[in-house]
Amino acid sequence: MSDTLTTQKGTKISSDKKPAPGKGRFAPGTEISGAQAVVEALVAEGVTDFFGYPGGAIMPIYDALYDYSEILNHVLVRHEQGGIHAAQGYARTSGEVGVVFATSGPGATNMVTGLADAQIDSTPLVCITGQVFASLLGTDAFQETDVINITTPITKWNYQVTDAAEIPAILAKAFYIARSGRPGPVLIDITKNAQTQKFQYPGYKPCTHIRSYRPKPIIRKEYITEAAALINAAERPFVLFGQGVILGKAEKEFKNFIEKGGLPAAWTVLGLSALPTDHPLNVGMLGMHGNYGPNVLTNECDVLIAVGMRFDDRVTGRLDKYAKQAKVVHLDIDPSEIDKNIKATVPVWGDCKETLPLLTAQLEKKEHTAWLQRFRDLGKEEEKVVIREELNPTGEVMSMGEVIKELNEVTGGDAIMVTDVGQHQMVTCRYAKFNISKSNVTSGGLGTMGFGLPAAIGAKYGAPGREVVAIIGDGGFQMTLQELGTIMQTGVNIKIVILNNNFLGMVRQWQQLFNDRRYSFVSITSPDFVALATAYGIKAKSISKRENLKDSLVEMIQHNGTYLLEIVVGKENNVFPMVPQGCGVAEIRLQ
Amino acid sequence: MKQEYTITVYTENHIGLLNRIAIMFSRRKINIESLNTSPSEVEGIHRFTIVIHEAEEVVKKLVRQIEKQVEVLKAYYNTNEEIVWQELALYKVSTDKVIEDVKVERLLRKYGARAVVIRKDYTVFETSGHREEINNLTEVLGRLGLIEFVRSARVAIINDSKGFHEKLREFEEEKPGEEIVENEFLGKQDEVFSL
Repeated sequence: MSDTLTTQKGTKISSDKKPAPGKGRFAPGTEISGAQAVVEALVAEGVTDFFGYPGGAIMPIYDALYDYSEILNHVLVRHEQGGIHAAQGYARTSGEVGVVFATSGPGATNMVTGLADAQIDSTPLVCITGQVFASLLGTDAFQETDVINITTPITKWNYQVTDAAEIPAILAKAFYIARSGRPGPVLIDITKNAQTQKFQYPGYKPCTHIRSYRPKPIIRKEYITEAAALINAAERPFVLFGQGVILGKAEKEFKNFIEKGGLPAAWTVLGLSALPTDHPLNVGMLGMHGNYGPNVLTNECDVLIAVGMRFDDRVTGRLDKYAKQAKVVHLDIDPSEIDKNIKATVPVWGDCKETLPLLTAQLEKKEHTAWLQRFRDLGKEEEKVVIREELNPTGEVMSMGEVIKELNEVTGGDAIMVTDVGQHQMVTCRYAKFNISKSNVTSGGLGTMGFGLPAAIGAKYGAPGREVVAIIGDGGFQMTLQELGTIMQTGVNIKIVILNNNFLGMVRQWQQLFNDRRYSFVSITSPDFVALATAYGIKAKSISKRENLKDSLVEMIQHNGTYLLEIVVGKENNVFPMVPQGCGVAEIRLQ
Repeated sequence: MKQEYTITVYTENHIGLLNRIAIMFSRRKINIESLNTSPSEVEGIHRFTIVIHEAEEVVKKLVRQIEKQVEVLKAYYNTNEEIVWQELALYKVSTDKVIEDVKVERLLRKYGARAVVIRKDYTVFETSGHREEINNLTEVLGRLGLIEFVRSARVAIINDSKGFHEKLREFEEEKPGEEIVENEFLGKQDEVFSL
């Protein structure tokens, strides 16, 4: 790949040769401004790419940034929501902290959705917002908003800086909190006077300890032993894995664990790609639109082993009908997740990077062939009733599933798949092939429509050497389509597939199934997507016939630059299987 | 079954933390019956005492969520049987009434109240006790010309808090011992302060 990214001064940075985290420009003891200290902190933390949108209250920081264009790549987005979603995409594919800047007032409030999204999906972010002068706080000054109090419930930590001298230590703390333990978004609100104020720069010291903060609970050996004994004695063990495996960078440890125990493993939407799709023990997706086997057999397993997942209601369905027969082993870094939704028989607290090898060491090598076969048998049933028609439709119009199937052929499963929210998201998660971890970027917990396009831009900066394909519905695309401007300006190379069914498909599906086809405000018209993309200088094409599908996907992937492909799919196709709301997982419907 | 629980939270003394803790209750639509926050015996560490009426299942989860906050050092919950608690009350009554009415004096003796300020026009009494004790005195004084009344939030000492003062001090260490990192809920529900 020969992608080049353009910085604001027009410098071309080869994206696969990003500048190494450089030393700052100022030696300790120098007199610098608070704004310069902010940018120095980014350099010291090894940040190379970040996102933002300037405004009055953050101007001093942007002024300082001007001198760093050679080593820091600031991506100018078109809306602060786009900025924070891009930072999320960056964090998810790079495994690093995503950084985003915004100004006070509307700049900050526009990031609220992204903060809530990052909080519920445990995405490490450092968000820096400008704020009015400290002397104006509480006076309803121009573009003043109480950002700290607005963002308190949706940040892991937040802090308002009013004195430049606080900046180095506070930013060090912000990065440490964002990335350690269970990651999450941190917001630092900096008043304008603190940005312009000069102070003696003490140098940047990374933060490694906060007395009131314990990122990881202590691992208790006796619980590891108890868990291993349970798993060893199990006849029908079943592993559920979530994003904890990816966030803990424990993919290898996880694979060793399930392979030694011969443990069938199913994933949550955010755990997707932690284990390659074609791994023999990968039995598929959990939850509302997950696979038949994992859902039905959740209520037949004897030991349920949850690794870095939080038993979201979309995974469990009705709690009082969820795995009542099973003993539960729950591995999580966040103690408050244990017993939150599902009572654990054995809680294994800690970073799964550390707990999984300890557990694996005590496992007996086993193969649960007959039990695994049960998953395959139910898989065959699902294949017959649902998958075959979805991937090879006999009707004239295309299905979302066949698009993903063809795309798998073209990418070979090596691409990063970014999705928005809705039917296309479920279909992509169900059918996309993944060989590599950190390849599925989606808004899981919050279900944020409009996430896809900006997150894909960020995902590309986070993994510049990899192909990034964004699958987005016609509804979600229209929520953040202004970010086409960001693509135009930066020349970032992503592939955008709009699956257009002229409906807000997921809501329409529910209205069809549960509201007697009363289609209330779900029919949505779209602009001419090809003309729209063309206006932004982006190559685009629209297809509605099956015979053009394969060639168009190949053309899209081979195009050197961003490409938008609109694919018109069946208007009233539904995503199945489905666990209707208020039902147990075993009541999953195939049609 | 819902009952009264007293939640004790040790935190950093930082701006915004009161809000961060308070919204965890309001998010779950739990009313805070009483809230006290004041410095602990260790400089820079504050102690919250929060009283709510809830089911243990809810309280247990809530306390874990509170303890998860970056600036919270420790959080505990206890039933009324597990704590010694007091509320403080101040009463302003007419001095003439106190002098005239022998009953007032008897009452104050009965409730262990003491005079804080005595002026010609009014006297301020102070007492401490459980909610009901203070309510009773308030009711009686109300009939005898009570001018103003105020009561504090509950403060509580936990019966089984052996060694806690030392543990609190340990938080100041760069590398605290295992006990302080460990979460006390892990299989040790009975021993509230085993950490």
